[in-house]
Amino acid sequence: MPDTAQNKGRMLTFEILQYNPSDPESKPHMVTYHLEETPGMTLFVALNMIREKFEPDLAFDFVCRAGICGSCGMMVNGKPLLACRTLTRDYPDGHIQLMPMPSFKLIKDLSVVTGQWMDKMSKRVESWIHTKEEHDITRIEEPVEPEVADETFELDRCIECGICVSSCATALMRPDFVGAVGLNRIARFDVDPHDERTTEDYYELVGDDNGIFGCMTLLGCEDHCPKNLPLQEKIAYMRRKLATAKDTGGGLEIRVEG
Amino acid sequence: MASIIEGYLGKRVDGTRSRMPARLDRWQSATGVFLGLFMWAHMLFVSTILISKDFMYAVTRMFEGSFLFSEPHPVIVALSVAFVFAVFIVHAGLAMRKFPYKWKEYKMLKTHAFALRHGDTNLWMVQAFTGFMMFFLGSVHLYILMSNADKIGPFASSDRVWSEGMWPLYLLLLFAVELHGSIGLYRLCMKWGWCNGSDARAARKRLKKAKWIITVFFLTLGLLTLAAYIKIGQEHRSHYGERYHPAAALVLPYSPVQEVRS
Ligand code: HEM
Ligand code: SF4
Ligand code: FES
Repeated sequence: MPDTAQNKGRMLTFEILQYNPSDPESKPHMVTYHLEETPGMTLFVALNMIREKFEPDLAFDFVCRAGICGSCGMMVNGKPLLACRTLTRDYPDGHIQLMPMPSFKLIKDLSVVTGQWMDKMSKRVESWIHTKEEHDITRIEEPVEPEVADETFELDRCIECGICVSSCATALMRPDFVGAVGLNRIARFDVDPHDERTTEDYYELVGDDNGIFGCMTLLGCEDHCPKNLPLQEKIAYMRRKLATAKDTGGGLEIRVEG
Repeated sequence: MASIIEGYLGKRVDGTRSRMPARLDRWQSATGVFLGLFMWAHMLFVSTILISKDFMYAVTRMFEGSFLFSEPHPVIVALSVAFVFAVFIVHAGLAMRKFPYKWKEYKMLKTHAFALRHGDTNLWMVQAFTGFMMFFLGSVHLYILMSNADKIGPFASSDRVWSEGMWPLYLLLLFAVELHGSIGLYRLCMKWGWCNGSDARAARKRLKKAKWIITVFFLTLGLLTLAAYIKIGQEHRSHYGERYHPAAALVLPYSPVQEVRS
């Protein structure tokens, strides 16, 4: 049933966490707001109205409002979602509880820093092209097969929103776990023909229980990624590769002197 | 020496990462596959009691080596159980690494799983919980069978179920094993991508459905089987301890089976 401007919208009930960790006086608590629903209302719209009407210093993050920048992830009734892509009409009972995404550093209320976490992850998986080839801009680049390029682009669609991390019980229990976003990144460089790293090189980055072998295949990532990345498939693929990585070393050189 | 250096310094002498985590992950899955498939076969064997006492008797005799020897050799059964027990222990040791140990981890897991209402996360919760149950239930069952390998048969097993009061343990173990095993095999296919095919998402849907059908099938079969042993055990209560003599042996007086205790 399409909403019309004449229809008076139903009343929505928002329960929102409020907390400022940098203020020693602040205690985490939930605050309830009642708001009239407007046609096509997203959480982005609703939160702005709440800020306008009731709570001028309510903190939450948005940049693109179109599911592109990945900055608006939050827990909506227990599910991590992009708030700008979430419509209030999808909540038939009109009750919406908002919490900040766990596992990321909380700034205030619904605002978290995913950037720090993502930086650490990027460094850990060395999220850049590794090649010995010297770039010579006077020569034409080696062509890449369109299918291969497409595969790389497909995995490159990740927006680092952190939703896969917040939907993963493993990542929440074990903060050092590299997460689906990190494993997807490894898979991305693995298909990219520009990157010369071998399976053994990747093993050095994520071949342990905080890496690929820590994944318990709960598939929260697969089922919540707003970009629909093929996370189950890619993690399984990397797991098969890394579980059978060749053992390149481990021997001991003993030096005897005198 | 290299191992001592690795132990203290957390890295191998040439700076590379140990392949042990990979090996442990493979063994965790390999023992899981073995146990999961073994439990299917096991259920089919014990459920032969639903067909007839004679059939179940013949199956137990087969495991005692009737196809090779005329005398029963329960030691074959004892050794087989010991092997399964060993695999079970290795599997438990490897899989328990995934349990939430600290209260904080547990709290996070519980809050998250309840809030997320996500099928596969819930299935894992069931798997971890049933796995924990089986530390105790499975060990009791395996030890008793290993040390009483000569006392398996239509009457001996029913006496154990009813007169020796094992049925509550079997009832719990049945639910634990069937849930844990079928979830585990489904998860293995997801974890290693064995069944992904060309459309991994469609494959997952099919597999999930198959998983539920298998769970219901084996649970139903298990409950019927347990009921059958309970019924025989009740009827046999006044003859507790007496062994079964197959109908065939009575008809064929010279059959070697006749000399054998059931
Ligand atoms: C004390 C006994 C047991 C314990 C503590 C236990 C515990 C666990 C746990 C916690 C997992 C999840 C591991 C993960 O998420 O990576 C698991 C996986 C599994 N279990 Fe068990 N389990 C036990 C016995 C059994 C038995 C009897 C079977 C056979 C029916 C079985 C079959 C499986 C399978 C197929 C998997 C999947 C393996 C994998 O993910 O690598 N387990 N077990
Ligand atoms: S993999 Fe998906 S859920 Fe995870 S950070 Fe990237 S876009 Fe977000
Ligand atoms: S604001 Fe950019 S993804 Fe929601």
